[in-house]
Amino acid sequence: MFQNHLLSIVAYTPLMGALLLLLVNKEKTQVIRWFANIVAAIGFLVSIPLITGFDTEAEGLQFVERASWIPSIGVEYHFGIDGISLLLIVLTTGLGFLSILSSWNAIQERVKEYYIFMLMLQTGMLGVFMAMDLFLFYVFWEVMLVPMYFLIGVWGGPRRLYAAIKFFLYTLLGSVLLLLGILALYFYNHEVTGVYTFSIPALLELDYPWEYQFWVFLAFFIGFAIKVPMFPFHTWLPDAHVEAPTAGSVILAGVLLKMGTYGFIRFSLPMFPDAVQDTTSLNFAYLTFGWLDQQFGLLHLMIFLSIVGIIYGALVAMMQRDAKKLVAYSSVSHLGFCMLGLFALNPNGINGSILQQINHGISTGALFLIVGIVYERRHTREISEYGGLSRVMPGYAIIFLIITMASIGLPLLNGFIGEFTILAGAFQRHWSWGAWGCAGIVLGAAYMLWLYQRMMFGPVTNPKNKDLKDLSIREYATLLPLVIMCFWIGIYPKPFFKYIEKPVEKIVQKVQPGFFDRSEALLAKLPVQETRKK
Amino acid sequence: MNFLEMLALIPLFPAAGALINGLLGRRCSRACISTVACGTVGVSFLLSLGAFYQLLGRPEGQRLVEQELFTWIPAGAGELSSGAISQFLVQWGYQLDPLSAVMILVVTGVGFLIHIYSIGYMAHEGGYARFFTYMNLFMFSMLTLVLANNFVVMFVGWEGVGLCSYLLIGFYYERKSAADAGKKAFIVNRIGDFGFMLGMFLIFTAFGTLDFTGVFGLVETQAQAGVLASGDATITAICILLFVGAMGKSAQVPLYVWLPDAMEGPTPVSALIHAATMVTAGVYMVARCSALFVLSPDAMLLVAVVGAFTAIFAASIGLVQNDIKRVLAYSTVSQLGYMFLACGVGAFGAGVFHLMTHAFFKALLFLGAGSVIHALSGEQDMRRMGGLRTRIPATFWTMMVGTVAIAGFPPLAGFFSKDEILWRAFSSSQGHVLLWAVGVLAAGMTSFYMFRMIFLTFLGKSRMSREVDSHVHESPKVMTVPLGLLAVGAVVSGWVGIPHLIGQYLHHLPQYFEHFLSPALAHPAAVEGGHASEGLEWGLMALSVAIALLGLWLARRFYLTHPALPEHLVSRFKHTYTTLLNKYWVDEVYDLLIVNRTKDLANRLAGFDNRVVDGAVNGSAWLTRLTASVSGFFDYWIVDLAVRRSDLIYYLSFPLRRIQTGVIQTYAALTIGGILVIVGYFILT
Repeated sequence: MFQNHLLSIVAYTPLMGALLLLLVNKEKTQVIRWFANIVAAIGFLVSIPLITGFDTEAEGLQFVERASWIPSIGVEYHFGIDGISLLLIVLTTGLGFLSILSSWNAIQERVKEYYIFMLMLQTGMLGVFMAMDLFLFYVFWEVMLVPMYFLIGVWGGPRRLYAAIKFFLYTLLGSVLLLLGILALYFYNHEVTGVYTFSIPALLELDYPWEYQFWVFLAFFIGFAIKVPMFPFHTWLPDAHVEAPTAGSVILAGVLLKMGTYGFIRFSLPMFPDAVQDTTSLNFAYLTFGWLDQQFGLLHLMIFLSIVGIIYGALVAMMQRDAKKLVAYSSVSHLGFCMLGLFALNPNGINGSILQQINHGISTGALFLIVGIVYERRHTREISEYGGLSRVMPGYAIIFLIITMASIGLPLLNGFIGEFTILAGAFQRHWSWGAWGCAGIVLGAAYMLWLYQRMMFGPVTNPKNKDLKDLSIREYATLLPLVIMCFWIGIYPKPFFKYIEKPVEKIVQKVQPGFFDRSEALLAKLPVQETRKK
Repeated sequence: MNFLEMLALIPLFPAAGALINGLLGRRCSRACISTVACGTVGVSFLLSLGAFYQLLGRPEGQRLVEQELFTWIPAGAGELSSGAISQFLVQWGYQLDPLSAVMILVVTGVGFLIHIYSIGYMAHEGGYARFFTYMNLFMFSMLTLVLANNFVVMFVGWEGVGLCSYLLIGFYYERKSAADAGKKAFIVNRIGDFGFMLGMFLIFTAFGTLDFTGVFGLVETQAQAGVLASGDATITAICILLFVGAMGKSAQVPLYVWLPDAMEGPTPVSALIHAATMVTAGVYMVARCSALFVLSPDAMLLVAVVGAFTAIFAASIGLVQNDIKRVLAYSTVSQLGYMFLACGVGAFGAGVFHLMTHAFFKALLFLGAGSVIHALSGEQDMRRMGGLRTRIPATFWTMMVGTVAIAGFPPLAGFFSKDEILWRAFSSSQGHVLLWAVGVLAAGMTSFYMFRMIFLTFLGKSRMSREVDSHVHESPKVMTVPLGLLAVGAVVSGWVGIPHLIGQYLHHLPQYFEHFLSPALAHPAAVEGGHASEGLEWGLMALSVAIALLGLWLARRFYLTHPALPEHLVSRFKHTYTTLLNKYWVDEVYDLLIVNRTKDLANRLAGFDNRVVDGAVNGSAWLTRLTASVSGFFDYWIVDLAVRRSDLIYYLSFPLRRIQTGVIQTYAALTIGGILVIVGYFILT
């Protein structure tokens, strides 16, 4: 029974915890804290059987749960995962636990409501990655907005209301277009097959005519691009990040943004292969963007926006005075890499993109925690308020350094694996895509090292920083798992590639039919004495 | 023991040392820290020696050993430019061939001595554990770089040494100049990495693999089959991109600017990373890819020209610098230029030969400079030194050996390697008399600025302040013994590569070094074609020694016998002097043209983001609110008005309300009045 409903158990454990939390007296904050942390930890633990029980060789969805829900319109309760969703789910449960753990001291007001919303948020996000019914998907997609809205709006900084409303409305705008697209698919499916269904596997089977592909792709694109966020739909992100409480920022950057890229992977690429490969339909834009290529289609638009995101995000990040805002813009740049990899439409690019999404969740999540730690001590995020912290907080300095290096893609840390494979994939499509991406890496080093220098190096000039305490045990406990993950993915990423290998191959076969039928390149080697392989 | 099977241990030991010191160092005694750090590097050195010896014991055609440990990046199928697919699969593998064998010996040997020296040098400094952690981490990265069996693992080492360089330049992070210099080094190197990465991607799309043996094997078979011709555009692009990477790491014009600033780090760091090992990584990489470079005459020409130009450009700046470490830094840039010059004319072996000899004498010179600085309580300005010869004799004599070696006097190491390069630049089919002339001129400058440094520091009268003077002391044994050993290396390391010209009179001594290296390197088809007469070779050799002597004589005249002469020249050639002293204002120009422009652009984009992109969002919110208020106005004043004006009924009913008094009598009176009215109406009609 547990095995059959494992996904539901993983998805609803946090929600159950939230419901139980409703019964606790709100004055007993210590009890509430312990309880919420334990629930989050259980939430993570129950997701582990997913990893161990997952068959990386099998095709298709696993842990499937399927039941009829609203039969009159063909809505089902349908959960199922492949390797891509698996990684994102474990990222969600893991980061969810760490972010809840990090809120221990940071949240002193309305503690009970805070944890309830955090737990509800977990369920919402997990449902998005598990749903195999578009209706169900949309429900979770929307449900998750509500707790996030309150997290920013209630526990946020001084401009929290502005940020919360902006976040909510902006995302809602995208959601509406998404809903339109979903309905278009739904009715088209009925037209062709005579069945009303929202089932994602069924909708993936169809071949959509070009007009459908073009318009529904655009509708989905806006819905997902706002979430990612791609340039120029990104401006809700810095505001939301700056105003959100630390744990909110961690979840926002770590998981929420991935819902956008996940949407592209799950729907846009395999459903609209003609649209994503399109290189001509926007040729009128050639007049304006002629320097990109002779032709211009949806594919070029995607690549163009990704590359602009990479470079633009990095340059804007460089000039920020607020540490959280800097990290937020760095997210725009990193997610640009993810999108570039996806739209390279080849295995290297997509593999790298998915891995980079996980990496971004880990290292940017850690960066927000890191900024949050000094914010808790000093109540300011102005970079110029700091300086010389290496002297006062040596443990903090080391972890910050490792995460900085992970973020700028130093080999043997996670960022490198993702960026390198993305750029390899992009380069294979067109050398200039790879070249622009590489330029982004140079800029990435510039803004992160400058941030590190301004916060950590130099003498301690601000007397308020003289007696800052180094990390506490709880803070180490939140950061160390992330540091370990950075090294793990950097040194031995093979298991992660293994999980996503099959689903990515399936996507590539959709977007580049015949890709794997091509001939293997001939290789020759120099005569080697005593090659020893393991 | 089969050392060839233990290749992986060579980098692993320093990595373990870094881990131990990094995690536990703060709780350990200094003795414990230095034992771990030096011990692990020492073990690596012994393992390298063993591996080298066993490799040497093999027949010539079998000196290539590969060891693959695990699959690192299995990123799935990649597309090639030919339309075929190939697995993008990176193994974590090491390989030992003559080239990497020489490199690991230099790295671990010189590295070990510098580690020992650091025990003395860092004895009174804070951050002891941190220092040795970074140094060991550096050794791990550098050994990974030279032992890698594919481009990506090499890139790991490449970036790793960059990180350690960043950390160690910024070791005194509370000093802004140190933190700035570290950041500058990292970012300039990243610009080089831009080329390196693109080069790798291009190699993959061209050949479908990133393994050295795979790529070079394919190049060989394709070149033999006539598929790849000399001058192939893809190969040229690959070579130029890789060379951009090398320019960054090995500080060539125009990416050399970080190296002089890197002197902000502790002196052992300058010796190990910024002289002997890391900065030569670019030369190593070009030599490693010699099979590619020989197919691209254009790229070779670029390498040679950049190398020659860097050699003379940096040497000219070195002529007037006053900071003892800066002189050595520019000297390093210049010597690296020589190595690239050698590679560019197809003499990869000569380039690696100079790399090795340079590692000895430049490490020696830096450590000597460190000893001087140590003796003078941190003073680095040569204008406030002088007369130290008798005060710190061990330092003086070892540095003297290093100076003679770098200046190119026989029979010391520098003479053989530099002369080999100059001769090849002259005689090789890819060489040119101009390249040779530039090299010779730079050699003269080298001799001049090196002896200038020696004379200003050790000879003449003392110009120290009394405070400093009273504290002058020779360095402890732990520092002078490594100096001595390096001095021995600076003398004898050249003897493994004695040119045929001289060797034939010494019992037909062969050119061991290049002979040993040759299976690992490619040889341009026509490089041996330009044989000149033996007499000419002797003549050129004599000329380069004469030029070095001239440099020595000038330095002596300027700084010992006629001390007024420099002043005179300075006032006479004021513009030249200030240009040189300010390093041709290259830093300022870069700041003006690149750094500030980037910052401007970033600033403008940040403004754009705030005003335009976000402005559009806020603008649409404003527009929505505007529409809302217009429709609200309409709703309130038009639609709602009708509803609201229902109060008119109230006012209109006012007279009626007056009647509703609730008093029975009034009602009765009204009723009666009403009846009367009705009755009257009926009567009247």
